[in-house]
Amino acid sequence: MAQKMIFSLTSNELLAIKDGMKREPNDVELSIFDAQWAEHCSYKSSRSLLSLLPTRGKRVILGPGYDAGVLDIDNNQIVTIHIESHNHPSAIDPYGGAATGVGGVLRDILSVGTRPIAILDSLRFGDIEKSPQSRWLFKNVVRGIADYGNCVGVPTVGGEVEFDESYERNCLVDVVCLGLGRRKEVVLAEASHPGDILILVGGRTGRDGIHGSSFASRDLASGSDERSAVQIPDPLTKKLIVEATLKAHSGGYVRGLKDLGGGGLACALSEIADKGGTGLDVDLSRIHVREDGMSPAEILISESQERMLFVVKDELKDDVSAVFRRYHVQYSIIGKVTSSRRLVIRVNETKVADVPVDLVAHAPLQLWPSKRPEYLDLGVSIEKPPLPRNISETIIRVISSPNLASKKWVYEQFDYEVGLHTVLKPGDSGASVLRITDDKFIAISLDGRPNHCYRNPRQGAMGTVAEAARNTISVGAEPIALVDHLQFGNPGNPEVFWTLTESVKGIADYCRFFDLPCVGGKVSFYNEDVDTKRAIKPTPVIAVLGLLKGARHIRSRKLTPNGRMIVLIGQTENELGGSEYYRYIHGMSGGMPPNLDFHRERGAQRLVADAVRVGLLDAIDDCSSGGLIATISKMCIAGGIGAHIQLEKILSDCKRWDDLIFSESHSRFVVTLDPDKYQGLANIAKNHQIPYSLIGNVEGDKLVLTNNGDEIFSEGVHTLEKTSNDKIPSIMGH
Amino acid sequence: MKVAIVQFPGTNCDRDTYYILKDVLQADAELIWHEDLGMDTFDSAVIPGGFSYGDNLRAGVIAAHSPALRQLRKAGQDGKPILGICNGFQILIESGLLPGALLRNSSLRFVCRWVNVRVEAGNSLFTTFSRNGTILKMPIAHNEGRYYAEGDLLASLEMNGQIIFKYVDEGGQPSKPSNPNGSILNIAGVSNYEGNVVGLMPHPERASESLLSPFRTTDGLQIFRSMLRSVEVLLKR
Repeated sequence: MAQKMIFSLTSNELLAIKDGMKREPNDVELSIFDAQWAEHCSYKSSRSLLSLLPTRGKRVILGPGYDAGVLDIDNNQIVTIHIESHNHPSAIDPYGGAATGVGGVLRDILSVGTRPIAILDSLRFGDIEKSPQSRWLFKNVVRGIADYGNCVGVPTVGGEVEFDESYERNCLVDVVCLGLGRRKEVVLAEASHPGDILILVGGRTGRDGIHGSSFASRDLASGSDERSAVQIPDPLTKKLIVEATLKAHSGGYVRGLKDLGGGGLACALSEIADKGGTGLDVDLSRIHVREDGMSPAEILISESQERMLFVVKDELKDDVSAVFRRYHVQYSIIGKVTSSRRLVIRVNETKVADVPVDLVAHAPLQLWPSKRPEYLDLGVSIEKPPLPRNISETIIRVISSPNLASKKWVYEQFDYEVGLHTVLKPGDSGASVLRITDDKFIAISLDGRPNHCYRNPRQGAMGTVAEAARNTISVGAEPIALVDHLQFGNPGNPEVFWTLTESVKGIADYCRFFDLPCVGGKVSFYNEDVDTKRAIKPTPVIAVLGLLKGARHIRSRKLTPNGRMIVLIGQTENELGGSEYYRYIHGMSGGMPPNLDFHRERGAQRLVADAVRVGLLDAIDDCSSGGLIATISKMCIAGGIGAHIQLEKILSDCKRWDDLIFSESHSRFVVTLDPDKYQGLANIAKNHQIPYSLIGNVEGDKLVLTNNGDEIFSEGVHTLEKTSNDKIPSIMGH
Repeated sequence: MKVAIVQFPGTNCDRDTYYILKDVLQADAELIWHEDLGMDTFDSAVIPGGFSYGDNLRAGVIAAHSPALRQLRKAGQDGKPILGICNGFQILIESGLLPGALLRNSSLRFVCRWVNVRVEAGNSLFTTFSRNGTILKMPIAHNEGRYYAEGDLLASLEMNGQIIFKYVDEGGQPSKPSNPNGSILNIAGVSNYEGNVVGLMPHPERASESLLSPFRTTDGLQIFRSMLRSVEVLLKR
């Protein structure tokens, strides 16, 4: 039985369709518009804002608007990058939702003709210490990513996990994928040559994922069963499609390539025709389907997984078909490219839809009112929380909080090694480092700071980019591009729209100042609790990609006996608003969030980059969530060595020990070095006019804090490691 | 001398294994799709890791019933060195070329981690480069790697020197914390009676370049070098 069609189109949009078509559209045509004009595919609410982001750069070959950003990394090599989320499906079916989220982003990388080489994920759930629902989501999302990524043979090399009650009803599952290929072999999602043949390759088209993209473009109805909107993962088929696609591509058979994701065939067809400036004529009866009786609309908007659309020269269709057969991949020749500028859909000879490509591919912009939220003014000048009595206990609680504790329980479920690229493994540093050649590496860091963004979306978003950039600099790389993922509530809420606008401006500010191009992104709206109408905290997530030449320049956070001196670069300000310390220990969200001074940030970044280049530094890490103490403790644990920190040496106006060690001020790095190299570092710091202070030594097997000679904290590194490692397993039950 | 690296649908460590054999060790290795495998033209074979047939039904079981395994069985009987890594080990177990069973990890989770593996029997064709008791640092990445054998079989494996690798701690002891998956006697790899067919769960191809090792080690090369030398010795006979 065909389902009754439900459309999310607004009355204005319906009018625009009638106007453009000069007649009443039929249901099949409406379903095409409905899929393509959903926020998920059309970016109708965010497109004008996103145009603020700088997208050009000397390494940028393809920027936003294609399936993946493409970057030149010299010698004819390219790296591709894309970010996707699968928030709504994962909230309903965490295992399948997360798995198909990975599958989707892999296809984007494949679509430009590159081999997927790494996955990172950024995951957000409610408070797992309190909520069994969040524990269930967390466990199954991780398992879904693991089962899919591991099977496809693409390593999951890093990412982040954050728990905050704001995500209790709306978990966030973001996946970044990187690809590797050759510059000459980039293929576009375009059908540019009339007469070419369209081949649909891969999984059968079924009723799963019907209305997936319009489902993602509204809020989750409580208690409703929307599981049919979630797709079914099949990693084995995906693996075969990856190999078959790359084989066909290397044979020179592919003129255009597009993955089928949100909006299914409807969106794929309208986008390749629009980009190619052509039309298409497609016969749905030729498509290999999973079940009988599917209506034309269902076939068009199905989001069944593991499908790719190939555009192939007519005379090569037999050669390319032979490749698919060899890999046991199903395929159907479904139509051809025309010069009509119309998308014509048939079932056998009967025409069921005929829409102008220009009309369907360009949804009218949706403009929303914007209003600064009142809560922002309320929480700024709050009273400081009481000073905790037990210093040791407080420090241990913060650094082993679920957000700061080791994520070993997560990343050990991922095959992070397959492919022989992974130089720095998960946990080694804030960024992952992947080998491209024995002399060329890429670094990638994926970060979100919603608690800072909640206090000040513009500063928070800038700070998020800065943190991701600092992470790539900490491993010795130079940032070359970013992708963003903007996750918000209902854009129709003026306060939500304001936070979105501010966040985009913050990212754009950073990009312009640092000359860092944005090469792709994604927007996810309607992340709000349908009952309370409470939106998630503004959550821009940023992945910064770095390039690193020369294996000797790779650094990590691991302390070694070689770098005895510990130097803190930058100034520690009294900036605790939105900090993990306030949130976890005091249950506070107010206060002044860290301020990002671009000049200071650039100076600190350049200082570290210069010092790495001349070989001065041993271990490096940046200061971020949890402050200086979290950074030092991670460095000790990673290296298995102790450290002694003298708090009075830290450059700061903070009067209280808790402010000093938990402040999340930006533009700070902790570095270690051989005492012989200290003067060299001092000279570079002077060049960049950046303050620094020698705050301690690498020594022993304990992390010790003293204040003017008085020991205020001392704990064995082994104990710190065990406490950190045991936290998540103890919450999850094993 | 020629080494076949056998590819099934879902194999995903094939290119890595090829890279180490061909580019790092300059061996004459060839990637070969399972349907095209003819062992007459090869002197040795590696079944690399991955998820052959998506681990459907049970890890390794579908590949174990493919025609390629008939080729490998015959080659094994002819004394040619055959190595199964991870999913390759699972395939060799499922096809009966190697004894015992591989069960789901005791944690019931996939586990990816660098481990210490002790060489138990220096006389297999894959350990001629290692002395007994040598500790190799290699990563594991699997869901079904808990080796199991019943009492009599286990005793005979021990007696015949068919236990080739064990998970151990830093001190070289097969302790409980060093056992990542609950394998009986901490077994990480076994051989057939003759010692020319070996399977192991750890990935030597991921432990063959110092750049990729957290310890700057290249211990995995010992296994591949042993294999290549064994092939040479066999060919000279």
